[in-house]
Amino acid sequence: MFGLEKRDTSMLIIVAVLTMFAPFILNPFPEGSALAQFNAGYPDLMQRFVIFGIFAIGFNILFGLTGYLSFGHAAFLGVGSYSAVWMFKLLSMNVVPAIILSVIVAGLFSLLIGFVSLRRSGIYFSILTLAFAQMSFNLAYSVLTPITNGETGLQLTLNDPRVLGASATADGSIPVTNLFGLEMRSTFELALGPWNFQFNAGYYLCAFILLAAFYLTIHIFRSPFGMMLRAVKSNQQRMNYTGLNSKPYTLAAFVISGMYAGLAGGLMASMDPLAGAERMQWTASGEVVLMTILGGAGTLIGPVLGAGFIKYFENIFSKINDGVLHSWFSFLPDGMENAMVTLIHPFVGKGWHLTLGILFMLVVIFLPGGLVEGGQRIAAWIKRKRAGDDAPAGKTEPAE
Amino acid sequence: MDAILLQILNGLDKGSAYALIALGLTLIFGTLGVVNFAHGALFMIGAFCAVTLQRILNLSFETVDPEKTDFLGAPLKVKTPYVEAWFGPEMGGAIIDWAVPLAILFAIPIMIGVGYVMERGLIKHFYKRPHADQILVTFGLAIVLQEVIKYFYGANPIQTPAPDALNGVVNLGAVIGMDIVYPVWRVVYFFFSVLIIGGIFSFLQFTTFGMVVRAGMADRETVGLLGINIDRRFTIMFGIAAAVAGLAGVMYTPISSPNYHMGMDFLVLSFVVVVVGGMGSLPGAVLAGFMLGVLESFASMNEIKSIIPGIDQIIIYVVAIIILLTRPRGLMGRKGVMED
Repeated sequence: MFGLEKRDTSMLIIVAVLTMFAPFILNPFPEGSALAQFNAGYPDLMQRFVIFGIFAIGFNILFGLTGYLSFGHAAFLGVGSYSAVWMFKLLSMNVVPAIILSVIVAGLFSLLIGFVSLRRSGIYFSILTLAFAQMSFNLAYSVLTPITNGETGLQLTLNDPRVLGASATADGSIPVTNLFGLEMRSTFELALGPWNFQFNAGYYLCAFILLAAFYLTIHIFRSPFGMMLRAVKSNQQRMNYTGLNSKPYTLAAFVISGMYAGLAGGLMASMDPLAGAERMQWTASGEVVLMTILGGAGTLIGPVLGAGFIKYFENIFSKINDGVLHSWFSFLPDGMENAMVTLIHPFVGKGWHLTLGILFMLVVIFLPGGLVEGGQRIAAWIKRKRAGDDAPAGKTEPAE
Repeated sequence: MDAILLQILNGLDKGSAYALIALGLTLIFGTLGVVNFAHGALFMIGAFCAVTLQRILNLSFETVDPEKTDFLGAPLKVKTPYVEAWFGPEMGGAIIDWAVPLAILFAIPIMIGVGYVMERGLIKHFYKRPHADQILVTFGLAIVLQEVIKYFYGANPIQTPAPDALNGVVNLGAVIGMDIVYPVWRVVYFFFSVLIIGGIFSFLQFTTFGMVVRAGMADRETVGLLGINIDRRFTIMFGIAAAVAGLAGVMYTPISSPNYHMGMDFLVLSFVVVVVGGMGSLPGAVLAGFMLGVLESFASMNEIKSIIPGIDQIIIYVVAIIILLTRPRGLMGRKGVMED
């Protein structure tokens, strides 16, 4: 189906089901129950899941396939956000031109940076991308303030000269982003008993774009082009000795992944029309590296999982405070309850970064393939165990 | 003329911090071949050694002064640090005042210990893995270390003043008849870093241990074949590199109050310094550190900023990009080290 192999088709369908039914899947606990805080089915968070999913998928095209570790990818996301917000300010509140422009601008920007950075490889490439990203970040904060609005961040105002559409709505507020009239923030709520499911227009736009991006990525992975990129990763020198110039391939991969980042940035601005320089900082680039590695670099579904995983924990883990912990362990005797709470306290709430760091280190040390490899190992173990169970089962009948 | 001299001083001063961190990074890279993204965290731990010592010295007990009363009329409670009780108020006060310089002695064993544990516990297992894995695992470690520090010391910067005697300004230009007023502590920092750098170089140059280490940097396998336990010496070198980063952090605390993410702020710059100097080259790291520091402070002069706006923000990166593209080995990189 869709010109894909059977395995890839099923993967695409899994992702499609996950994203389309996310408002249900992420909202398994009824309102008001003790576990309701684990619900992630609200529009803001779901949008972030898919947007960072797109970002990580794009990063994976570069890092997963070619092995070039870029520490400056957030710059493209930031550039995408800025151009989308400018489009809202100058042209119209429709998200389509904004997203298109953000992809194009990010593509051009990554072409420039990639052309220079890809002259070196290994650690030097990482440092070069890092240097470029920090440069853009510093400039966005200081000299480029007329374009980026510096520390405050670029925002919509009431007197934006919008060519198509009004500067302000009739009741004097800033117009909202829309897709041909469909407001991005409009949400349909479905109350089913104690459950309250929210279907947000913006989320579904992002989800459809994620699906398209994922579909494109599968094609890139399976194409001769993707094969060439993998060859670059395994032995670039040998590729060069066979008389092949690998530079156009790596540059194409760099630009494609930069465009994915720009797309993510444009979507981010479409959901919430503001853009700040901190999106370009190198720690933001580090975050997408974490997502990709945690999920599984070089795999198709890994980056999406990693992005969802990190964003989920960032929002849910950080909300767990001492009161919540006490209510969990209230079944224990008092002394043990307090001991458990003190023990867990440093790892949740404000300390969730600690958990993330530890988790990330464990993944790099023991599971270089990320969550995907973990899943495969568990699957293999279950299979083996089952096979092991079957084998003795045949012997249970005593011979005598 | 005054302004130029002042900028050179500023630059040497900034550069001395860069040079110290980059020196440690290069020591690790040159000996063990590991790209250590947790080096900024070591710098930060050093700074927090100073904070810790300051807190330890300020541990006090409360006594009631019967002669004085507070504003409510109750007897006044007086806090006396233990140090003052033990050594007398004058001596004790002086010890507390000199907490930051004293922290040097306190930090050296701690940092060597931290470095030793890090190398034996984690980095040892990453020699055979690709550089990308080393970067990633040390990046994770840096996050963990900084969060641990944040858990114990909070997220706000902590003031750690220099001793009163070194807290003022000095007119450095008086000798040559010019007017260059400069903070004393920054001058101290510069000479301190020169001392440390000199110490490391002479240690490597003039001791047998240093000779073996240099031989190991050139060809690890052959030195191993000669029956020398090179791994052990490299582990010690890792500890020393950690101590250098830590000392840079200790002495930096009066210049900017330490907070938990100061390491990350310095990390990017120090990597740029190392790469500009040439991976694995110790003189290169020092030279590049001072050079980039001076360039940065010249770029922040108003005269230059008015010609090229924003240059002060990006000068280091621009230099790094130019050097990386024109001199693949950096300024003084050795042949055959990380040339790709």
